[in-house]
Amino acid sequence: MKSKTDVSLTDFRKETRAWLEENCPMSMRKPIKVANDFYWGGRNPKFSSEDQKIWFERMLEKKWIVPYWDIKYGGGGLSQDQNNILTQEMSRLGCRKPIYSFGISMLGPALLEFASEEQKMKYLPDIVEGKIWWCQGYSEPNAGSDLAGLQTKAVDKGDYFEVTGSKVWTSYADKSDYIFCLVRTDFESSKHNGISFLLIDMTYDGVSTRPIKLISGKSPFCETFFDSVNVPKENLVGKLNEGWTIAKYLLTHERQMIGGIGETDIKKKLHQIALENLPLIKGKLVDGILRNEISNFEMDEEIFDLTIQRVTDEAKTGNNSGALSSFFKYYATELNMSREELILALSGSDGLVFEKNYKSDGNLARKFCRSKGNSIEGGTSEIQLNIISKRILGLPS
Amino acid sequence: MALIISEEQKMLKESAAELLKIKSPVNSLRDLRDQNYIPYDKSLWNEMVEMGWTALIIPENFNGLNFGYVGLGQILEETGKNLCKSPLISSCLLSSSVINLCDNEVLKAREFPLIMNGTKTMTLAIEENSYHKPYDFRTRAKLEGGNYIINGLKTFVIDGSTSNEIILVTEIAEGEIGFFIINREQKGIEIKNNILLDSGTYSDIKFNDVIVPKENRMNIKINGKELLKDILAIAYSGIASEMLGIIVESFDITVSYLKERQQFGVPIGSYQALQHRASKMFSEIQLCKSIVIKSLQSIDYGDKERYKYSHLAKAKLGKTIKLVTNEAIQMHGGIGVTDDADIGFYMKRARVLQQLFGDYNFHLDKLATLNKY
Ligand SMILES: Cc1cc2nc3c(=O)[nH]c(=O)nc-3n(C[C@H](O)[C@H](O)[C@H](O)COP(=O)(O)OP(=O)(O)OC[C@H]3O[C@@H](n4cnc5c(N)ncnc54)[C@H](O)[C@@H]3O)c2cc1C
Repeated sequence: MKSKTDVSLTDFRKETRAWLEENCPMSMRKPIKVANDFYWGGRNPKFSSEDQKIWFERMLEKKWIVPYWDIKYGGGGLSQDQNNILTQEMSRLGCRKPIYSFGISMLGPALLEFASEEQKMKYLPDIVEGKIWWCQGYSEPNAGSDLAGLQTKAVDKGDYFEVTGSKVWTSYADKSDYIFCLVRTDFESSKHNGISFLLIDMTYDGVSTRPIKLISGKSPFCETFFDSVNVPKENLVGKLNEGWTIAKYLLTHERQMIGGIGETDIKKKLHQIALENLPLIKGKLVDGILRNEISNFEMDEEIFDLTIQRVTDEAKTGNNSGALSSFFKYYATELNMSREELILALSGSDGLVFEKNYKSDGNLARKFCRSKGNSIEGGTSEIQLNIISKRILGLPS
Repeated sequence: MALIISEEQKMLKESAAELLKIKSPVNSLRDLRDQNYIPYDKSLWNEMVEMGWTALIIPENFNGLNFGYVGLGQILEETGKNLCKSPLISSCLLSSSVINLCDNEVLKAREFPLIMNGTKTMTLAIEENSYHKPYDFRTRAKLEGGNYIINGLKTFVIDGSTSNEIILVTEIAEGEIGFFIINREQKGIEIKNNILLDSGTYSDIKFNDVIVPKENRMNIKINGKELLKDILAIAYSGIASEMLGIIVESFDITVSYLKERQQFGVPIGSYQALQHRASKMFSEIQLCKSIVIKSLQSIDYGDKERYKYSHLAKAKLGKTIKLVTNEAIQMHGGIGVTDDADIGFYMKRARVLQQLFGDYNFHLDKLATLNKY
């Protein structure tokens, strides 16, 4: 016999499916091809198509931009079960996220856990409505993997902090409205104990950015400079000098995001790309080794998706070992890099074209180059493997 | 369907772990092998029968437990952890499944009680090559009067040395596949036993004009090819479950060793070269767990994608078991290649399971074929 909640969940699934089918424009169900396919919001929002705008506005009205946040912060107030159903139904249709936002995937969870009620009311609704584009100010020229070695300093000036220093690899800093930033507020204590978590408006005097060009030819990230920037005290999240805890908490969310948890858009199947490019003999790809590699890749890709599902299901029964976000981050990025390598291999010289964009799947060579950052951003693969071996396997230092 | 086991399945798994830990420590495998070789411990088998494991997949209307393949999979995983020898795969996973899925009701009523109470064990004779090639039959079954006359050679038959009944599958006519149940004492049967790498007994069975009454044909109206397809999916998933047990246990043993063994004044597990390899294995094991439960569930629920999931399971587990058992030995150093250490037994059993019902390249090929490339 089905319980009451089962029945209401079944109804919820039916309604959700019907609503999505009616409201998600067809073009928003197609695989992501180019950077423009992502909508980021911000003070000067740019939609790349009418459908993108419609999709965002409908989801906003439905309160499904961040469906699982509390209604008072602009969320949809859905239960975990309902949210899982919504994610599954969006995946089924391949619906893109209505907005891509570090505010939703990284900062939001940290604010919910560590910010004051006032701060939550101030920042969360704007994140939901896509009014503020957030970027992440963690890495510095001399603090990458060893993040806690950061040196950007915030000096207490009575009613404000004066921030001086620089950040690097700040994704979208030149387009963002605000940066969440790790700064050093105590130079005496050990490196993990003197860090604080500050929110800084990119329009404050003394903030500047300089784009850095990637091997892909694009410049999605920047150097960010702080030259005696005055930041109001109320922009401090959590306690002074206790920012490292927030930093780590946020990183687990970043890793889950990169690990593909909650992703709903559909990736084109690799064998589909192979079939478009390569000849078959007796129904099989001529290159038997490539065929085996594709099959092996698709095996891992499919089972990895099942693993996201399994761990999500286990978490519901309270059976969860937290540091798993490192596994997801590590595996998802290694998979994506294999994917790009294989796409390049099976596209032949067509896939190498750099200046024009004549493949229907977007510029393959640029995407390939971009994927090399996957095992670096959000903490390198090596750092994730370190975390798994220490925190999950309990291997000694 | 949530990818987790139910409370009941968890209890079943735990009770199996408990029994096997006491009654079937890895060391008992040495005794079986070295002291008057026997293929498996009969008294332990009797306990398994008492625990109801022989009734797990048998439907309730035949007084079975109807626990499904997720249930049986939990037991197989535990036997994998302990490297426990028993006819669970030949008799319960394979033979009972054939009887259950065929449409010979007389046979069900006659044989299920005997399997459940442990009077009989059975095996499935399928392979005719030294590689898994399930639809390639040279064995012949010819209908003459009221009997089938069977000629040919089957190989790699699990527990062929001890099974009371042999279920033979072969082509009868172009495209028509038949399953037959044949008593081992039947005239014209020659059994040659081979002890393989894992200390298990596998047989080559020769059929010389063996007379099998028509009533012993198991699939009457049911299409034999479809039946075989389902039996193979069950075989792939079930064997993947045992492989999971081997992977998990040999990994755990190795991680413990990394913490214990000291060199250069520190535990060897403090070396990053080994830590990263361990973390990579941990990651692959996460995937293994997901596909094993998914493929077992897909059989229990008659999911139409169960064939795909079973290939995915056997491919992924085959690949990972090779990685993990090899790394396990390497990380043990010299002791790892001695007969005194248990870890070598895991590698030996792993290699047999990798070959049994197809290695990962076989299954990757099938997956590519399913996707038409
Ligand atoms: C595309 C992209 C976008 C990014 N976006 C942002 C952003 O928005 N905001 C932000 O703050 N940062 C961002 N980053 C920065 C990113 O977090 C860092 O690059 C990353 O943490 C690595 O630091 P690093 O580049 O200084 O490399 P290093 O730390 O110098 O590492 C160099 C090499 O040494 C290895 N290594 C280092 N320490 C160890 C160790 N203990 N054990 C084993 N190996 C080790 C690393 O794995 C790597 O292979 C981004 C990076 C990229 C590539």
